[in-house]
Amino acid sequence: MDRILILGGGVGGTLTANLLARRLRKRIDRAEAQVTVVDPTGAHIYQPGFMYIAMGGERAERLQKRERALLDSRINLVVGTVNRVDEGARTASLTDGTVLPYDQLVIATGARILPEAIEHFETQAHHFYTAAAALRLRKALDVFTGGKIVIGIASMPYKCPPAPLEVAFLIESELRERGLRERSEVHFASPIGRAFTIESVSEMATPILEEKGIELHTFFNVETIDPERKVVGSLEGEELAYDLLILVPPHKGQQFLMDSGLAPAPGGWLPTDRHTLRVGGRANVYALGDATDLPLSKAGSTAHFEAPVVVEGIVAAVEGRAPTGKHASYEGNVMCFFEIGDGKGTLLRFDYDHPPKPPKPNALWHLGKIVFNKTYFHTVPKGRI
Amino acid sequence: MLQTAPTVNRTIDARGSFCPGPLMELIRGIRESQVGDVLAILSSDKGSRIDIPRWIEKAGHRLIAVQTRDGYDEIVVEKAR
Repeated sequence: MDRILILGGGVGGTLTANLLARRLRKRIDRAEAQVTVVDPTGAHIYQPGFMYIAMGGERAERLQKRERALLDSRINLVVGTVNRVDEGARTASLTDGTVLPYDQLVIATGARILPEAIEHFETQAHHFYTAAAALRLRKALDVFTGGKIVIGIASMPYKCPPAPLEVAFLIESELRERGLRERSEVHFASPIGRAFTIESVSEMATPILEEKGIELHTFFNVETIDPERKVVGSLEGEELAYDLLILVPPHKGQQFLMDSGLAPAPGGWLPTDRHTLRVGGRANVYALGDATDLPLSKAGSTAHFEAPVVVEGIVAAVEGRAPTGKHASYEGNVMCFFEIGDGKGTLLRFDYDHPPKPPKPNALWHLGKIVFNKTYFHTVPKGRI
Repeated sequence: MLQTAPTVNRTIDARGSFCPGPLMELIRGIRESQVGDVLAILSSDKGSRIDIPRWIEKAGHRLIAVQTRDGYDEIVVEKAR
């Protein structure tokens, strides 16, 4: 019996499980292989939709499905929270005392946000990394009548790298539509020396920031929030006054990965081979999605492209051969849509060796993103695209 | 006149990490250090030898050296404030 244990029921975990169920169907039916997914909530959440709760139109209930309904019936689902992996015993333990054995382990446990890591973040700053926070931001925007909006990134890495720029563009458009633009300033604070990590995307986005009158502040690493003066301060010694503050919260990997010796502190990102997706040279432990330390976007798209490679690695091991074919190695493929505002978008498509060359923004890529968001549950987790 | 090389209090090995990883590692190191501490960051990302000195200048610290080693750069900085 080959026991394959998948930690996490997000994009990476769910897609990996469904692709494994397809490829190992006969072995599972003969009880020679077993695929189990462990997820803390049993709900599959489409996180890219959160931004659209804040930017209008989306509702939290439309972004969630039961994980069971998305998984092939051959897959076991355990709802529980992992608190330890014991590599010697080849087991994962849950907080309720359940111990799950594995022969092959897939870690798709994502990233966690830590707004509390910055003093006054939770009372002063908005974000859009949970449905509740995004709704709170929407309500703040609804009552905004003009003033200074600061949009920034507290630290790197973080999920969905384009999102803060998209939010800046979309808010600026909204202010114009609502007749508030003349009475408002929009500031964008980036921790690095340019607007976006990837140079070619930065070159595309910076003129758009200028056209829209959004002031770019580079090398702004958030250090303090002063609720009395309504000022956010940077490690570099700058201050930005705000009436509405929107910050990407600090992110980390899961604590149990550090506690289990799989990921180094303080970040908790899994040291992952950029091609095989194996963790720290281990032959039977894989990682994908936001949980890895790969120099790529923490985005569902990354997990979407990584899953077939993890699956090929596991199926090859089960069949006693080396990985072969187009999914033998991950080449850093990522593809994501990028909102520009005013009903336009563009596309970022890249891999380890080829940086993105975003096409001129147009309505088609914006519509592409909307259609993708609406059809996600029917396509990606089930391995249909 | 001979100048003595400053004593490095901490070396951060960010080789193999890609932009903005080395800069983020240095920022973390600076946050954890005392004024006057000297940090060396090792980076194999070619952008670091431009980005990191720019950040050091912006943040008001003192750039001591940028040296090309075998396949990587070593950037030495003193925390000045």
